[in-house]
Formats: sequence, structure tokens, C-alpha cells
Amino acid sequence: MAELCAVVGVGQTKHAACRADVSIAGLVREAVDRALADANITIADVDAIVIGKAPDSLEGVAMPELWLADALAAHGKPVFRVHTAGSVGGSTAIVAAQHVMAGIHGTVLTIGFEKQSDGNAMWALSVPIPFGMPVHAGAGGYFSPIVRGYIGRSGAPKHIGAMVAVKDRTNACKNPYAHLHEPDWTLEKALETPMLWDPIRFIETCPSSDGAMALVLMSEERADKHAGRKAWVHATAMRSEPTAFAGREQVSPVAGEMCAADLWRKAGIKNPAEEIDVVEMYVPFAWFEPMWLENLGFAPRNEGWRWVEDGVTEMGGSLPVNPSGGVLSSNPIGASGMLRFGEAAMQVMGKAGEHQIDGAKKAVGHAYGGGSQFFAMWLVSSTKP
Amino acid sequence: MALRDIAIVGTAQRPSEVNSTFTSVEILLPVIQQLLDKVGIERSEIGFWCHGSCDYMSGQPFSFVSAVDAIGAWPPIIESHVEADGALALYEAWVKIQTGEVDVALVFSNGKTTSGPIDQILSLQTDPYMVAPLKPGFDALAALQARACLEAGVVTERQMAEVAARSRRDARNNAVAFTKGNESVDELLAMPYTLNPLRAHDCATPVDGCNAVVLAAGDVARRLAERPAWIRGIDHRIDTQRLGARSMIESSSAAIAAQKAGVAKDRIDVAELHAPYTHQELLLRNAMGLSESTHINPSGGALVANPAMAAGLARFAEAAESIFAGSADRVLAHCTSGPMLQQNLVCVMEGE
Repeated sequence: MAELCAVVGVGQTKHAACRADVSIAGLVREAVDRALADANITIADVDAIVIGKAPDSLEGVAMPELWLADALAAHGKPVFRVHTAGSVGGSTAIVAAQHVMAGIHGTVLTIGFEKQSDGNAMWALSVPIPFGMPVHAGAGGYFSPIVRGYIGRSGAPKHIGAMVAVKDRTNACKNPYAHLHEPDWTLEKALETPMLWDPIRFIETCPSSDGAMALVLMSEERADKHAGRKAWVHATAMRSEPTAFAGREQVSPVAGEMCAADLWRKAGIKNPAEEIDVVEMYVPFAWFEPMWLENLGFAPRNEGWRWVEDGVTEMGGSLPVNPSGGVLSSNPIGASGMLRFGEAAMQVMGKAGEHQIDGAKKAVGHAYGGGSQFFAMWLVSSTKP
Repeated sequence: MALRDIAIVGTAQRPSEVNSTFTSVEILLPVIQQLLDKVGIERSEIGFWCHGSCDYMSGQPFSFVSAVDAIGAWPPIIESHVEADGALALYEAWVKIQTGEVDVALVFSNGKTTSGPIDQILSLQTDPYMVAPLKPGFDALAALQARACLEAGVVTERQMAEVAARSRRDARNNAVAFTKGNESVDELLAMPYTLNPLRAHDCATPVDGCNAVVLAAGDVARRLAERPAWIRGIDHRIDTQRLGARSMIESSSAAIAAQKAGVAKDRIDVAELHAPYTHQELLLRNAMGLSESTHINPSGGALVANPAMAAGLARFAEAAESIFAGSADRVLAHCTSGPMLQQNLVCVMEGE
């Protein structure tokens, strides 16, 4: 039986298109310093560091955790690097939590970051691969046929994506750390934004951001003695499947369904839509909100878009999704998954400020990556399991 | 919480080659199948898969994604990837099994080291503002370290040549090794410098390769192997990377990791050290307190075959095989990462 693990500190940077005021190390330290301050500990109290980011080519530093050992004052400590594509922020937090759950370390610092302004994310993600065929321009080019597949099979009206985007951009205005603060969006204006990858419009697309997220995790023994609010990890789950094979379900990947089912089983959740108070979901393109509502088992198949239309996922709805503004408002790729996990923790710790969902007790952090094939999720709560 | 008993129960390695035209999937698939056959286990019995590789070596982002095709990720599996040597992937798998969530894990790594200028690629690990723009070269950084060690009297050129001579000789008995030789120490010392004070034989042989091991807990391990290689201690530590801020003549991270892994608790029969340069083997032996009675790198080590990102896991495979064969009872496997032995992982394994 594994030990319990709690989030006792959360810290993130101000996310922006270009954080020219800080180096990569400075960006990471900004999040780390805030997480340590939030936990009211110092770096000397940390036993091990687990760090994740998406492809190293985005900044041009190979395995940057080696160089960052200095900025993290990690000398003489374990530094562990995770890289699982877009889900990396989530899987990094899970690997960090497992160090605690396994009883190996009592206090673990985990970090996800990306300084995308140092490179060009779109073309870094669509290089002509020497050993395979280049098939798309940017992630939007990859995902747009899948979105079209969802619209075709569910009969969703064309404005659903724009509705999600307006909701998330509006929510982001309550989050001081969000990259985009754009309070004046209306559905009408959103539908006038240019089509980038049909059916994905400009507003339905995530920005490219510089940013970092850091969490301080503690064992039950240490967390019990630690003053301050905590988010207890009730369950973690990861699943992967191949990018492509004949007949693969790409709109609602089996790996995602299995991952969610595993999460609900481990956390003893029978009816996710009833029992979960808030979800921080990985939605880099707006249409993925209704798609993931179905994939995670919240909404019935082909009904996710109706929940969006009915306002279920708004901050005042019965299942708020991305009160932080989500990936659609801040997307430092390597941090995005951990931002979801950390924002979920902030909700149950009651530390989400203006975008707090009142009385949130159980929250889910969700991340995915690759061609909708790598999934990482955790469920955190204000009380112990 | 008491730690679970976890052991390596099987290993497989692809013989080293250079300028391989195969993809990572093509080189991994047969190795993984061979390992599953050897251990006598079905894919469905693997609870967790973990992969180590480096995007920069394949020149593409997310290069590891296609590797899930080599392991057969259908129906979906629980899987993770580290941007590091497979030895770190093994560490993650060990952590995963320790949580009690799974009992069996398959760890694999691959490195097509010869498909690009590895000396320049690895030096992109350095400070991107102050060091990397100077394009220092990984070998040149090691040469600076070797020079510091020679001048401090921590190593001698003869000792370095002795390491090379022994490694090249031992490699003759290893089907996976690439460089083999039977030169005397004096013959090696007569060779010209390539990067003073390093000679060609002081530096690892870059090769393309891949490998895989199966880890299992408790009774499952006893069922899968006649003589499992039980992990008695495993730990990894990092040093500063800043040139000039760290002593070049010792490895404090290796010393801490060795102490945490319990190296000194008993005699070590075989130590497989991931030392890409001859002087680094000598530094590691000092840091870990290994005595003359320990057989260092019977495989020939990284000097004779260094598939970057797989060479550390290869040390685990070689060390575990010596337990399986009964030729050793207590062994050490080591992996290094970063310039000048910056990060070190040490593991002690025993037969029952």
C-alpha cells in the first residue's frame, strides 16, 4: 500500500508571449521561489527535484535540467527529468508524487517549464522528420481533422468551439498569471476571427507562451506536521497508445477512456459529473473541451457540446472547466499539464483567488500529448482519502 | 514504509554498429521481443514500460513517440519516457514498482549516436548563454577535466592507458562491444594525442545501440529468473555544471550516490561503470571507494561501445548478467550524464 502524498505549495510565473526579462533559469526560479514561499519552506528542505518539459528543441538546450541544477541549488541532490510529449507537465507531477508515495523521499519539488519565445514552437513541432513523412503544419494542422470528425459524428453546431474559447478567455481575466487578458470577447466577435485550420478558428487556438509551474509535494508524515492548506492526491493515472493504426478511435481515444476509468476507480468515484467540483482540462484547441468531457466519462457520447451550450462548464455551472483560463489562455507546453494539475490543487486548497470555485473539494487535473495518445490525470481533494 | 524487493530478471542488448540505417523502432522491436522470449513473459504481463532516449540525437522533437510502436501499446499501456539514459528510466520503473501499483516493468533505451556529431550535440547540454555558444565540444570538456586530474596527481597517463588496455582486452569476450584490442600499455602510450591529454583510446566509442531489461518484484521475480539480480540500493545525485565552480578532480555526486546505495557495506565483485573517458573511470573508482579486488567493466564498458542514452542501462544489463551467470554475487551498475561526470546514478545488486 502506497503512502499518501499532499501538495503543500504551488507557484507559477506570469505567463507571456515573451518573458524577455528573465533567462530560462530565471523563469524556472520565479515559479520555484513562489512554490517554496507558498509552502513556507526553503530549497534546503527539498529532498529531490523532478523536472519536466516538452521538446528540448523549443529552447535549443539539450537536457536543460543538467544546466538548471545550478539555478535549482540542486547540488548533491537527485534531479530527475521526465519527457512524455504534451502530457509531460502532468506525468512529471505524477512521477514526483510517486517518489513520495513509494516512501523514497519526504519532500519533492516538481517543475514544468517552457520558454517558447526562444524558438518557434509551430515549426519546431512540424519539422520534416528524417525517418518519417511530414504530414502537417503545427499541432492545429494535426488536430483539425479530428475535430471535424467530432463535429460530424456528434452533430455539434459550428459555434461550440468559439463558445469554449470565449469562456476560457473570460475566465483568464480572473487569473493574474494568465498570458492572455482579453475581457471583451463576445461569441459574435469570436466567430469573426479567421479560420486557421478548418474548423479551428484563431480564437479557438492556444497561444505560445513562456512560463513555468512548480509544486511542493510532501509525505503524509511531513504534511501532517506542516501548517497550511493542502491538496491530498487521491489518485493518479497514466495511459499511452500508438499514434496511428487502421481503425484507431482518434476523437475519443481508448487510452484516455481507460486512464479516466482507472482514475475514478482508484479514487472511488462512481459518478464523476456529480462528485467532481472542478476540472482543469488540457484544451489547446477549444473543441477539445466537449471531446474530453465525453472521453473522461463526464458527459454521454455526443452530448459534450450540449453541456458547453448549456453553460455547465462555466464558472457558475455545475461542472466548471478551466476557471484559470486553461491552455487556451496560457500555453508554455512543458508547463501546461502541470498548470492543470497545480490549478486543480489550488482550487481544493482554496487558493485560486478570483477564479476560485466556492467550496471546491475534489478537483481533477488532466493532460494529454502526442497525437491524442499520452494521458496523465490526477484527482486531488481538500481532505485525505 | 519498507521498500519492496525488486530485481532485474532479464536483459537483452543489440550488438553495436555504426551508421545504422534502421529507425529506432526497427532496432528496438527485435530486442524487446528477444527479451520477452528470454524471460518467458507476455506483453500483457508488463505493468509499466519506461523508455530513455534523447530528441537531440535524432534531430526531431518527440522522437520517442514512435517507440511505442516497438513495444506494442495496444490495448493502451501504462508508459513513461525520460529524456535521459535508460538507467534513469530504470530508476523511474523502480519507483513505480515501489508504490505497489505494478509488479513487473520493462525498461528500454536506444541511441543512434553515430547519426550526428555527438561531440557537439552533447555539448548543447551546457549553459546556453555563456558556454554553449563557444561550442566547447564534449570531448574537449573531458580533456580539461583530465588535464586538471593529471596536474593534481590524481591520475597518471599510464593509469589511463591501463584502463584502456584492460577495457579493449575484455571487450574481445563481449559480442555487444565494438572496439576491441590487445595492445600493451606502452603501445597505447605511444599513440598520438587527439585532444591533449586524451588519446583516441581514452575516449568512448560512439555506436548505435539499444537494450532492454525486465524488473520484477518479490515472488514474481523468483518465478521469472533462476537467480534474480536484487536491487539492494539505488540512488542518483547531481553536481553543479558551472565550469570552474566544481572540483574537476573528484566526483562528489558519485560519492553521495554510492554511499546512499550502500556500496561500502560489502565487497563488490563486479562494477560496471559508465565512464566515457579513461580518467573518469579512475575518478569514479576513487569516489565510490572501489578496491583492487573489484573487476571493473568486464564488458569493456563505454570505452568500447557507447550508445549514448543506452550506455548506462547497458551497464545494468552487463552487471545483472554476471549475477544470472553466477560469476558474481554482489555487483555495481553506474550511469553518468552531463559533461564531466555531472550526474551519477549508482545501483548495487546481489544474487541470493
